[in-house]
Amino acid sequence: MLLYLLQQETSSTELRTECAVVLGSLAMGTENNVKSLLDCHIIPALLQGLLSPDLKFIEACLRCLRTIFISPVTPEDLLYTDATVISHLMALLSRSRYTQEYICQIFSHCCKLHHWHSCGFNSLPQPLLCANGPDHQTILFNHGAVQNIAHLLVSTSYKVRMQALKCFSVLAFENPQVSMTLVNVSVDGELLPQIFVKMLQRDKPIEMQLTSAKCLTSMCRAGAIRTDDPCIVLKTLPCLVRMCSKDRLLEERVEGAETLAYLIETDVELQRMASITDHLIVMLADYFKYPSSVSAITDIKRLDHDLKHAHELRQAAFKLYASLGANDEDIRKKIIETENMMDRIVNGLSESSIKVRLAAVRCLHSLSRSVQQLRTSFQDHAVWKPLMKVLQNAPNEILVVASSTLCNLLLEFSPSKEPILESGAIELLCSLTQSENLALRVNGIWALMNMAFQAEQKIKSDILRGLSTEQLFQLLSDSDVNVLMKTLGLLRNLLSTRPHIDHIMSTHGKQIMQAVTLILEGEHNIEVKEQTLCILANIADGTTAKELIMTNDDILQKIKYYMSHSNAKLQLAAMFCISNLIWNEEEGSQERQDKLRDMGVVDILHKLSQSSDPNLCDKAKTALQQYLA
Amino acid sequence: MATATPAGAGSPHGGDAAPPGPPEEQELSRRLTPLPRSWSPKDKYNYIGLSQGNLRVHYKGHGKNHKDAASVRATHPIPAACGIYYFEVKIVTQCLGMCGWQLGWDKHSYGYHGDDGHSFCSSGTGQPYGPTFTTGDVIGCCVNLINNTCFYTKNGHSLGKFVFLPSQSNLYPTVGLQTPGEIVDANFGQQPFVFDIEDYMREWRAKIQSTIKRFPIGDRLGEWQAMLQNMVSSYLVHHGYCSTATAFARVTDTTIQEEQTSIKNRQRIQKLVLAGRVGEAIEATQQLYPGLLEHNPNLLFMLKCRQFVEMVNGTDSEVRCFSARSPRSQDSYPGSPSLSPRHGSSNSHLHSTGADSPTCSNGVMSTKSKQSHSKYPTLSSSSSSSSSSSPSSVNYSESNSTDSTKSQQHSSTSNQETREYYDALFLGTKLSHYTDAFGSHDSEMEMEAEHYPNGVLENSSTRIMNGTYKHEEILQTDESSMEDSCPQRQLCGGNHAATERMIQFGRELQILSEQLCREYGKNTMHKKMLQDAFSLLAYSDPWNCPVGQQLDPIQREPVCAALNSAILESQNLPKQPPLMLALGQASECLRLMARVGLGSCSFARVDDYLH
Repeated sequence: MLLYLLQQETSSTELRTECAVVLGSLAMGTENNVKSLLDCHIIPALLQGLLSPDLKFIEACLRCLRTIFISPVTPEDLLYTDATVISHLMALLSRSRYTQEYICQIFSHCCKLHHWHSCGFNSLPQPLLCANGPDHQTILFNHGAVQNIAHLLVSTSYKVRMQALKCFSVLAFENPQVSMTLVNVSVDGELLPQIFVKMLQRDKPIEMQLTSAKCLTSMCRAGAIRTDDPCIVLKTLPCLVRMCSKDRLLEERVEGAETLAYLIETDVELQRMASITDHLIVMLADYFKYPSSVSAITDIKRLDHDLKHAHELRQAAFKLYASLGANDEDIRKKIIETENMMDRIVNGLSESSIKVRLAAVRCLHSLSRSVQQLRTSFQDHAVWKPLMKVLQNAPNEILVVASSTLCNLLLEFSPSKEPILESGAIELLCSLTQSENLALRVNGIWALMNMAFQAEQKIKSDILRGLSTEQLFQLLSDSDVNVLMKTLGLLRNLLSTRPHIDHIMSTHGKQIMQAVTLILEGEHNIEVKEQTLCILANIADGTTAKELIMTNDDILQKIKYYMSHSNAKLQLAAMFCISNLIWNEEEGSQERQDKLRDMGVVDILHKLSQSSDPNLCDKAKTALQQYLA
Repeated sequence: MATATPAGAGSPHGGDAAPPGPPEEQELSRRLTPLPRSWSPKDKYNYIGLSQGNLRVHYKGHGKNHKDAASVRATHPIPAACGIYYFEVKIVTQCLGMCGWQLGWDKHSYGYHGDDGHSFCSSGTGQPYGPTFTTGDVIGCCVNLINNTCFYTKNGHSLGKFVFLPSQSNLYPTVGLQTPGEIVDANFGQQPFVFDIEDYMREWRAKIQSTIKRFPIGDRLGEWQAMLQNMVSSYLVHHGYCSTATAFARVTDTTIQEEQTSIKNRQRIQKLVLAGRVGEAIEATQQLYPGLLEHNPNLLFMLKCRQFVEMVNGTDSEVRCFSARSPRSQDSYPGSPSLSPRHGSSNSHLHSTGADSPTCSNGVMSTKSKQSHSKYPTLSSSSSSSSSSSPSSVNYSESNSTDSTKSQQHSSTSNQETREYYDALFLGTKLSHYTDAFGSHDSEMEMEAEHYPNGVLENSSTRIMNGTYKHEEILQTDESSMEDSCPQRQLCGGNHAATERMIQFGRELQILSEQLCREYGKNTMHKKMLQDAFSLLAYSDPWNCPVGQQLDPIQREPVCAALNSAILESQNLPKQPPLMLALGQASECLRLMARVGLGSCSFARVDDYLH
């Protein structure tokens, strides 16, 4: 009924305004209210109302729209169904301080990123942005949002300033295009970064400080502001650290920690500075102490609230620890020395909340880059146990980080390697290599590669069996060069020490030789070819395996070809093969030397001994000596 | 050595957290509580060398073991009243020493050591605190005396606060060195700091101001409002702003305790005193408040002394009449202290018509206040006939009534403002704020508002409490008119008869003094007053003699205030307006806080609430 009246062109503007006001009040109620309003197609009706000439009516419609759009049940896309809506809203921005406030608020709530939940962590390849046409940021940007909203940052109304600022924080988030534009926009002769810095001042409301820090963070991550710029180092970073303090509200602490994690994620200098600022590492430990008192079970609502906040706090702290410890060994040490840190991570790995589990794994991943920690605290806390658990049936998002962590735990010096193997890691990793997700394939094969490094015969056989030759070939023909490289690395690790080489080649020789031929013939980059030649060199080191090469003229010709290749690395790798084949003390070396001489290898060796590259030169001379003996 | 020059203090990056204020006040506080601005050449070990204006410290010992460690402290301790203190030290070469501040003796020192990054609190064993520091680093130390915390900074980054124990002892910025060749440069605010201390101070200023704003005033808002209105009203009444007070009462729907006529009477008497016509004031008091002066012999004596001084000055009516320029005075005051018939006859009239009354027509007075309002030329009227004074007094009441209409016009905004002020106000400071909101259309009141801070800050608190700041405008005009009328400033206006009258009055005064002495015992104050007053006659030019300042019109103020207070007291009304009492209390509270070392006083200032 109200909607009908609202839409009636014939009803008086006063009446229609009242309708919009009442509808707005209804929308303020429960989520169900909003849902039923949406079912009645209230949004098109209100958008229609915006075309009215009457400002009061427009304001009432905008207010109601604002209330509806900030509700979590409203799909943001509803704003973008009609292309003219955005430009009309942009035009309305000049009408009054209320239109400014409401429109900015609508924009900042209707500009969600598709991969918002990843919250800035893109250090791992994650093609999460699904391509549904241009995203909201781009649409708003193309409608001149930056120019239209910039001057609102100096509005006399606090609410307008604040909403405009929020709008920018959302527009610029992970958006280099917007960020690069913002840095050059000026209002009243002041550049936007300067305006943002002013909004960071400590006597400004916390909300304003935090939001402008988010803007500056986005601009910094997009490369629009250098990471060593004083406005980042001396203003944004300290401000975000302050947001993590116990004095701040729970929401502010969460947002502050997440934003700071994003800011410092890839810059070791910022990580170092954050780590010494205001005892941040110790301060973050407080994030795990909420709620301080367990509320009575009867108070379900309170319990739920506490739990939600506790989760949010914990995942934010884990994220920030992950960023802090990403690069610097000393910082990692400080983090691990924080009270009960490893226990907290271990507990975090088995949390019910996916968000917390993910963040805990990230943190563990970051810390697992430390050789020392792998040997000590990781072992002391048997971190591998919960980690292996996480790897069972976890969503891909978690699997990617967890398997990446597992890679580190499987490094040969890690004492966790043994127990992980015993708990059935090979099977798990082999299944990962079959995943649709590229990152998982890389991590799976990577982990296997680490596992095979200097491993005993049984493990190697287990890996080969678990992977199956078909899968191995599948991986060798993977479109991703990373997968290919790691698979070759795995092969190389498998084919080390003479008895292993002979054993494996006796069982899989044919297939491996085929694969090698295929890759050497294919269009691959230098690194791939080098790695392949190294595999050949390893095969040539075997006792019986040698024959597989010597009887394969095709391969021999290829080795010869690479000896004269323009790339010194490939030349060197090919030289290793030759050396191994013609090595004197071994059985049958004479025939091999003769065969290769007939192929013209010795001439090439003579040429190479004159090479300007000392490595090549040495290697060629040593090889020639084998012929003389 | 040019180290502790105030030049550094004046820089915008001054290390001291001294709040911004009038320069003279800053200067004053600097003299009373000097901030540490350089290392002390006296308080240092022998191994320490100072240079570059006592800002650079270098180590010249052999530095073999811990015993060779040496330190130097600043010239002054950190004054608690400064609220937040900050200084920085740049490590010029290879410092592995310590940097900290001390409580004056080693037992209570707090330090941050560069070699291990540990902090030391009054003991030899440190706790892990921050990173290590070395050549090229700038280490800062911030002492927050508001919440008793301290934090160090490294290259502009705060390293985390810790709490220290408040102590009665003084805190000194200190630096310690231990290795030969070590050099550190201090920055006590002479140069911009690396750390953004301004921002930190902004936060604390905002914090303290919001504490004041959010100070709980009880849940019964209505009572609070009534109290505020009462305070404003009583202030207006106290100083006799009759029309404004009436308008205020009408708007706020409150009642005024004192009758309007009574207010006007007091106003009149005060104006007489302030104009130097003490004799008339005494008469008026005796007439309107019989018995008052008889019961206050000390007050009476004070008034009489002043009257004598004014006679010397030539302003008192008893001598003025001899100048034959004021016919009204002439026939009213033939030298007799008795009531003039005119006054007596107009008594009833006065009650009914108030401002219109010819008794109010002290030409000098009304025109003078008039002058400050509408800038009429008043010199002629001040010494002319009584007829000319009448219109001017009417004028005066008109100006008052415009005030009241303005008040009404503004009452809606006033109310709105009031609402905001309720949130914003705090103790007496809040009240004066409120007054401003209401009285800002009243030029007279506006001027007074400008006067309080002066009173508060520069003079003793008694002066504020007495609330006599308002008369300077009158005095100024008075002075100018006086100078005009007697350009060479002769004794008693240069009139012989007047001089004789003065001498006779002096004798009477002497007798009164002796009489009081007999009745109440010796009073040294009286004796001093009398002596000072009589001394004036010993000089050929009393205005330029050692006791000449008595003739300064400003000296009328305490007398006037004492009289006003006495009258109010006799009417069972408070002798001081509650508003001024509260204001004085707030200022005194801040002073007390500074004395006992509560740092927050530096960010809370009464002036901030007196716009």
